Amino acid sequence: MIDWTPLILTFKLAIVATTLLFIIAIPLAYWLSKSTSKLKIVVSTLVSMPLVLPPTVLGFYLLIAFSPNNVFGSWVNEWLGIDLVFSFTGLVIASIIYSLPFMVHPIQSGLSSIPKSITEASYVMGKSKLTTLLKVQLPCIKTSMVTGAVLAFAHTIGEFGVVLMIGGNIPGETKVASVAIYDEVEALNYDAANTYSLILFAITFCILLAVYSINGGYLKRFWK
Amino acid sequence: MINLDLHKRLDGAAGKLQLHIKLSINKGDFVTIYGDSGVGKTSTLRMLAGLMQPDSGNIQVDNNTWFDDKSNTGIAVQERNVAFLFQDYALFPNMSVIENLQYGLRKEQDNSIINDLLQIMELQDLKNKKPDTLSGGQKQRVALARALVQKPNILLLDEPLSALDSKTRIRLQDYLLQVHRDFNLTTIMVSHDIGEIVKLSNKVCILENGKIAKQGLPEEIFVNTGVSGKFKFTGEILKIEKQEVVYIVTVLIQNNVVQLIAQASEISNLSVGDKVMVASKAFNPIIYKI
Repeated sequence: MIDWTPLILTFKLAIVATTLLFIIAIPLAYWLSKSTSKLKIVVSTLVSMPLVLPPTVLGFYLLIAFSPNNVFGSWVNEWLGIDLVFSFTGLVIASIIYSLPFMVHPIQSGLSSIPKSITEASYVMGKSKLTTLLKVQLPCIKTSMVTGAVLAFAHTIGEFGVVLMIGGNIPGETKVASVAIYDEVEALNYDAANTYSLILFAITFCILLAVYSINGGYLKRFWK
Repeated sequence: MINLDLHKRLDGAAGKLQLHIKLSINKGDFVTIYGDSGVGKTSTLRMLAGLMQPDSGNIQVDNNTWFDDKSNTGIAVQERNVAFLFQDYALFPNMSVIENLQYGLRKEQDNSIINDLLQIMELQDLKNKKPDTLSGGQKQRVALARALVQKPNILLLDEPLSALDSKTRIRLQDYLLQVHRDFNLTTIMVSHDIGEIVKLSNKVCILENGKIAKQGLPEEIFVNTGVSGKFKFTGEILKIEKQEVVYIVTVLIQNNVVQLIAQASEISNLSVGDKVMVASKAFNPIIYKI
């Protein structure tokens, strides 16, 4: 019988990270879709960096930043009582940064695709920007939001390099499924590695299948 | 009373343009802004609505200052209580027809106006439909009804009927005239259609190169012959045929095709596709019951 803790931990991490990402990504994507500021290009680049940067690079810098020997790490440690290195909280923060483009990009392009006249019609009707966002813009891009959430979720499940660098390998705390597989293979425990791999394979396949079905309109009749 | 004196630098498709609009509009007027594309017609409406920031100048509406660069005044679009009809209707796709209307209600506003408007625009049967299932004419009727929910004083129309076929157009023109009168609106429209302008508006401004080149009564602006006809219709020439010594000119007036006799000298400056006015002075019209 395999140890289920790494899998449970993986999904706990993915759920927490995706939920927080959702809250962070909406204002960020809104700003990116509207802003004409010069800062926009820098922010867009930073958001997209995790797409191309090796996860180990990101993990390395986060490890340095979160370290208690560092100003930021020791400040968080002292004031909030949170240890960011080799802890679940640290993993959540790393996952948020790592999966940021997967959540922000679909929402941003969704918001940009809404005709300008629709939001302007709402303003002319006396509605504030926040009301317009919540009642008109976000409901119009439901599929983009689902795509973003699912991709971020799936991507968090699949991360390895960042987790290994920042979280290490503490069972029940930071030992997620991808790290567990690596562990089992190193211990020549191929059966257990196979089981974990197969479960991850099946789940990510189902998640992506769902996304493509939603976007392709196959699920539209159930969805609406 | 609306007084505009606005400057705006535009970077349009036709290059850079310095827009300078100086215009007075009386309460209850139906004003049309006419001109080629890219001369700043839509920008003028957008600045009045508050959707575009003028570079300088001021907007006065009934003794209130909506915009003034000197005193740094700028009333937000949400506070101006104008209605704006867009060319692409701009209905909220996530809401049904009735929800689109309800969205426009202000806090604690009586919602009986929703049913009144559905009735006036003949939308009761469509009220639970989503916008993407409606035809263009139906969509624009919903948009017009929705624009009136907030009981605006000013109605701004940005080529609202240009995407519709001529039959639907004529029907919607009647709706526009009706609400303009019933709701005591001051209406400002951007339009390319001379027939529509003559039918709807009591004042027209011709915009050329970012400035108002001419303004006045539509009949006076568009017709230079000085005819004081009792019966006047505007139409479009479909065909000019030579027959013996005269010419037969076929003209489309609204939905009717009319044939008129003309002398060679009269048609010398006419060609197919021209907008013309057909007028008659001394004749006795015959009235039939239909």
